[in-house]
Amino acid sequence: MPVILGEAAAQNVAFGIIAVVMAVAAIGVVTMKNIVHAALALVVVLAGVAAQYILLQAEFLGIVQVLIYIGAVLVLFLFGIMLTRAPMRRTGEFDNDQRVLAGLVALLIFGVLAYLFHDQFGNDKLHLGQPTPTSAIADSIFRTYVVGFEVVSMLLLAALIGAIVLARRD
Amino acid sequence: MPVTEYLLLSAFLFCTGIYGVLARRNGVLVLMSVELMLNAVNINLVAFSARLNDVAGQVFALFVIAIAAAEVGVGLAIVLLIYRNRVGVNLDEIDLMKG
Repeated sequence: MPVILGEAAAQNVAFGIIAVVMAVAAIGVVTMKNIVHAALALVVVLAGVAAQYILLQAEFLGIVQVLIYIGAVLVLFLFGIMLTRAPMRRTGEFDNDQRVLAGLVALLIFGVLAYLFHDQFGNDKLHLGQPTPTSAIADSIFRTYVVGFEVVSMLLLAALIGAIVLARRD
Repeated sequence: MPVTEYLLLSAFLFCTGIYGVLARRNGVLVLMSVELMLNAVNINLVAFSARLNDVAGQVFALFVIAIAAAEVGVGLAIVLLIYRNRVGVNLDEIDLMKG
């Protein structure tokens, strides 16, 4: 079997395909007329992000992305859609009348960001070696960033209690 | 491969999220657009983590994921509360604090 593509080229091709799918799905999330379809397009974007993590050798983050975003956050969104009785059929009433202005703002910010990134990091190359071992992430969390970890856990607890207090019927 | 590819992808996702936040009027759809923006930030963090061979970027991406989960929980609770107290969740009809 002759080797047709080198490793770096294969990585480039995979990145390109996933990136195009993600871009199309992201545009679908913000333009679709059916709210459930928009949520399903968000699944595609989140799965694409997980795939990019794995391409960037961050396997643990890829798994966490699938578990938390696709597993938990998306289900929460679908519950939100159903509990607020959003119209499931195709309607045009999900957009307000500042679409053109919003598009201009988004294009402007994209232009500035693209220029800055190209200017600052245009020559930077990624040298992807071995996948990051999960033990390295664990060491970093529980040694260098243990205070941040504790703060995040308290914040998560407070947010969950707050959500229950807000949403309960009394 | 150049790191700018990842940065441009994340910039695109971020700007799509900005468009969604500004142009959508349903509360749940606005929260979905916020998720797009948070994921764009995470891609940036992980790309720089790979560029600098430093695991700190991935740790911060994990923190962002945890905070995003908390944000969705509280956000959807608020949207439900608005739905219960008023008729719909159209954000441009919520103008009680308009002077």
